[in-house]
Amino acid sequence: MTSNGTERGQVILRAEKVTKEFKTRKKQFVHAVSDVDLSLHHGETLALVGESGCGKSTLARTLIHLLPVTSGKVFYKDQEITKMSDRDFRLIGQKMQMVFQDPYASLNPRMTVRDIIAEPLVTHKVFRTKQETTDRVLELMEKVGVPGDFLDRYPHQFSGGQRQRIGIARAIALEPEILVCDEPVSALDVSVQSQVLNLIKHLKQDMELSTLFIGHDLSVINFIADRVAVMFLGRICEVATKDELYSRPLHPYTSFLLDAIPKPDPHLRDHPRRYLSGEIPSPVHPPEGCHFHTRCPYATEQCKREVPEMKDYGGGHLAACHCIRA
Amino acid sequence: MAKENLLEIRDLHTSFFTDHGVVRAVNGVDLDVPEGRIVGLVGESGCGKSMTARSVMGLIKSPGRIESGSIKLDGRELVGLSDRELRSVCGDDVSMIFQEPMTSLNPVLKVGRQVEEVLLVHHKASTKEEAKRLTVDMFERVGIPEAEKRMSAYPHELSGGLRQRVMIAMAMVCKPRLLIADEPTTALDVTIEAQILRLMKQLCKEHHMGILIITHNLGVVAEICDDVYVMYAGRIVENAPVFELFDHKRHPYTEGLMNAIPKIGGNPEFLSTIPGVVPNLLHVGDGCTFAGRCAHASDRCRAEMPALYEVAEHHTCRCFLAEREGQ
Repeated sequence: MTSNGTERGQVILRAEKVTKEFKTRKKQFVHAVSDVDLSLHHGETLALVGESGCGKSTLARTLIHLLPVTSGKVFYKDQEITKMSDRDFRLIGQKMQMVFQDPYASLNPRMTVRDIIAEPLVTHKVFRTKQETTDRVLELMEKVGVPGDFLDRYPHQFSGGQRQRIGIARAIALEPEILVCDEPVSALDVSVQSQVLNLIKHLKQDMELSTLFIGHDLSVINFIADRVAVMFLGRICEVATKDELYSRPLHPYTSFLLDAIPKPDPHLRDHPRRYLSGEIPSPVHPPEGCHFHTRCPYATEQCKREVPEMKDYGGGHLAACHCIRA
Repeated sequence: MAKENLLEIRDLHTSFFTDHGVVRAVNGVDLDVPEGRIVGLVGESGCGKSMTARSVMGLIKSPGRIESGSIKLDGRELVGLSDRELRSVCGDDVSMIFQEPMTSLNPVLKVGRQVEEVLLVHHKASTKEEAKRLTVDMFERVGIPEAEKRMSAYPHELSGGLRQRVMIAMAMVCKPRLLIADEPTTALDVTIEAQILRLMKQLCKEHHMGILIITHNLGVVAEICDDVYVMYAGRIVENAPVFELFDHKRHPYTEGLMNAIPKIGGNPEFLSTIPGVVPNLLHVGDGCTFAGRCAHASDRCRAEMPALYEVAEHHTCRCFLAEREGQ
């Protein structure tokens, strides 16, 4: 399905020192994303994990040109897209689509399913006749598992899971190369969540999608991702393949996150656990040095002064921490 | 388990009389919360778990009402009492924590004041000074840093985790005997969730409180509950102590739920799913409500509702598959 011959493993989307700040009404700056380097390879699912407010959604949005960056560069293949006008970006934009978190808010309640899924096709003038468009919409509905009879229904007539399927159908209508999923299953019930996760994984395989999957649930990410990037307060603190990250977390924040998940097995409840104390610092006044030092039990004087650099600990396992002995 | 039941619900029916028909949100539920134990009520959205809790608190509003059944707190019947009587019977003894801490706090009052007020209303403090002292004390207990300073913060100035801790402080400050927590950690991040769960466990131990925790997260259940009730479409489908339930689950729905959660360590190509969706409670037939999604469903399942069969000590299951062993 890849039209322009990128091979599996090639970098398809790359961030270089991306920083995004928002100005508040009080003329303060929210440092949502600071100096992030990250690449998405062709055909992989890269997960961005972190707690609420860590900047994961903002980062994803800057990567696909939905938000302008404050500084830094974003490349699609070899092309810099950061400074492109919306008009120039239009063609590339078709290749990047997004699935949103809230299936209740992301579908226009006054449009039928047919119109919702057809909208990108109509906007980009893919087909000449209505019949062709409808055929494509039906094909997409079948692909995501929504019965074709529901073509002229409205979003409120569907359950959350089905709405999310409709949102996915809209996102894949233009056969994108890159799919950004922003917490696509956090609003869904467990039994429906597994259906939607399976669907995303199937589509990724069928269409050779490169997926950026934003989430906070590490067990969901364990299922869906090939590689994982952990974010804390605007910075990436660890990147590794899934197996590496779960079996050998290097950054203390990652191991605390893994420790904190309630495991669905009562036999594990009495295992000694470490608890992370304190709150996430404010992104308006992020701490000096390593952003994590205020919550980190291993923090040293150096951590309070110097921002740790990202280092490679072998096999593409990157972490940014002063205290890792490897 | 000869412990005394603090809360005893028997054959509770709570229904909503809508323009489209009657929705039987809670359809014959039996549930016990003994002293000093944490009881989990699990199910997916719309299964009636929150309505069960709200029935206990007398929070069912028109067009809904409790049709029949009994809710006993410490042996005293709560069904049929007026709001005023209910307040005097369970006002001091029962507290509830809601899911969304932002909407359950008053946005224009300082959080300290809101907790002090609870103390004064329930006569647990006679003077404002005493109320303040108890509140600061409670804030520290629930792990609010700089408790004294946070007393004068407004809800919007606090993070989600702190707001939820204020809610817990408010619920705990009168030392209730029963705490009902409706998805207390669903809106929180995992590191904060772990802190809150640990806190609830501690409080349960120290005060010998009974806690009814309502959640959809089986991880939370495995983490802190002693007993578990699984609810589906208005009915309890399985009930057992937590280890028994996870080790010897019997109901196909419980099994489906547990298999559907992605687990760390497992590396399945695809997750197992429960086909279909939760039935619309407006149109449920006579048969088992899960029959439409169940791989083992027979004609009998579609025609007749199974009873709760006892499959082991303290373990009941609403499924014909369990019937044979029950006899």
